[in-house]
Amino acid sequence: MKYIKILWNGILKENPTFVLLLGMCPTLGTTSSAINGMSMGLATMAVLIFSNFIISCIKNLIPDQVRIPSYIVVIASLVTALQMFMQAYTPEVYKTLGLFIPLIVVNCIILGRAEAFAAKNGPVESIFDGLGIGLGFTIALTLLGGIRELLGTGKLFGATLYSENYGMLLFVLAPGAFIALGYLIAVVKKTMKI
Amino acid sequence: MAYLLIFFSAIFVNNIVFSQFLGICPFLGVSKKVDTALGMSAAVAFVLTIATIVTYLIQILLVKYDLVYLQTIAFILVIAALVQMVEIVLKKVSPALYQALGVFLPLITTNCCILGVAILVAQGTYNAQGLEPNLLTGVVYAVSTALGFGLALTIFAAIREQLAMMDIPKGMQGMPIALVTAGLLAMAFMGFGGVDGGLAKVFGL
Amino acid sequence: MKKLPSTLPNMLCVLTLISVIAAGALAYVNKITAGPIEENKARTLAEGINSVLGVTDAQVQDTKTVQDANGNDVILYSTDKGMAVQAIDPNGFGGTLKVLVGFSEEGTIKGYTVLEHAETPGLGAKASFWFQKGEKGDIIGKNPGEKELTVSKDGGEVDAITASTITSRAFLRAVNAAFHAYAGASAPADAQSGASAQQTSIHN
Repeated sequence: MKYIKILWNGILKENPTFVLLLGMCPTLGTTSSAINGMSMGLATMAVLIFSNFIISCIKNLIPDQVRIPSYIVVIASLVTALQMFMQAYTPEVYKTLGLFIPLIVVNCIILGRAEAFAAKNGPVESIFDGLGIGLGFTIALTLLGGIRELLGTGKLFGATLYSENYGMLLFVLAPGAFIALGYLIAVVKKTMKI
Repeated sequence: MAYLLIFFSAIFVNNIVFSQFLGICPFLGVSKKVDTALGMSAAVAFVLTIATIVTYLIQILLVKYDLVYLQTIAFILVIAALVQMVEIVLKKVSPALYQALGVFLPLITTNCCILGVAILVAQGTYNAQGLEPNLLTGVVYAVSTALGFGLALTIFAAIREQLAMMDIPKGMQGMPIALVTAGLLAMAFMGFGGVDGGLAKVFGL
Repeated sequence: MKKLPSTLPNMLCVLTLISVIAAGALAYVNKITAGPIEENKARTLAEGINSVLGVTDAQVQDTKTVQDANGNDVILYSTDKGMAVQAIDPNGFGGTLKVLVGFSEEGTIKGYTVLEHAETPGLGAKASFWFQKGEKGDIIGKNPGEKELTVSKDGGEVDAITASTITSRAFLRAVNAAFHAYAGASAPADAQSGASAQQTSIHN
């Protein structure tokens, strides 16, 4: 029960995109289509789960004053490892997400969760927190990516729903990212009463 | 003249915030007042320029010893250390400047435009307008990018100051209206698209 | 377990230890992924050569590297089924654009593929299919030797990718560079003059 609560907390109550408003750069930069948003969300989730777990395991070995640099080293090595694995086994995804993969290091969600949750809780809870927050982030990115893809190109996950000629290209471009996210946050806040 | 082109294109055409989506967190986070926006811009410009030079030199070492896979980790540590150092030096040398920038410095470590630009410059994958990507063009690019960031942040903060006095529908208050505003600004900056090509002709490149 | 106090030796030890472990782990990951990454690159290249020539079993017989007018490396892959040329343009929207183009004997484009790019997802990244046969910016069957390929904005015949003129220009420059290298290699006499022309233009 406790774990489900942690999971739910990450997906809804503390959704990184809609409630905490963290990690905006990848949120806006990689969501030109649903599949891109989802890949970025999953990549971030992988790093988040591992970083939460490792940091929670070693939290007592790290003196307080050097905790931030230590966390950053852990996160940066995880991201680099992820980058190399993606390059080796999913080169297509790696090509699409480009520069935003190494930039997962400076995604405030990861350092934020390390500091706010993993440093205070046990390893198992931390894994679930990583999973929950990661899922929340992935859902938000997929949703935003889906909306932009649908409005911009008439496709969803690459499947054509209506002709591209009626699409509003604006939503695939940079301004559309800001505007779509703005309205999405407003709608989510209204419907979820958060 | 090509340097001037890098300068214009990094500020207006490929603005770091509006077209590259880097540095969005401080862009949304510290843009409620023009004063703080200016302080943040100055701090970013300062750190970004130094960080670009230092990481460029580190990249040479990494390539030399075949350790390129340590790039991310080395860069982020260097940036973190650099921010700390700048903070300490500023405190000693110019307390006035420290007063103005001090609060923003710790925030800069997690500003992705610093790491992003450092990686772009180190790999030489930024738009150097036909020049060889080297330390000089890299620094010109970094300084212009920082100015572009400052410009975006300051304009946005000025609009938000006005926006705070407006009667906004409840659901749109706060972040939603800020994001829509940012979207409109991004649209305005799209108007600069292609200007670099025209300038290139004017400059005879 | 009690938290370690923040004394100087403690802090130094912990930071060093973490960094060493992290570097070691990364070196290990680097070692195990280096093979697959190389294989991927080799496979992408082989698949690329096959797809741009429109065959399935091209065997690379000879590779040659020359320089284009701007001093960028152009790699010519001669196969038993025709010639595929890899060229780059450093001024795409997000950086370098690397393409592989297959040419017929007359110099018309048989096919192309984008090997590497850093273009905006959903915009410039469309280059990988935009210029294919039957798409809006179709360049297949065109001969860059008769008329340089340029976008319609610059007076050419190729429709640029919507909202990605910079990418389209860079892409066509790379294709043109590939053609010149191909033309230079297939006609030895031309190659001489071409090479000397390139020599001079490098120093401009």
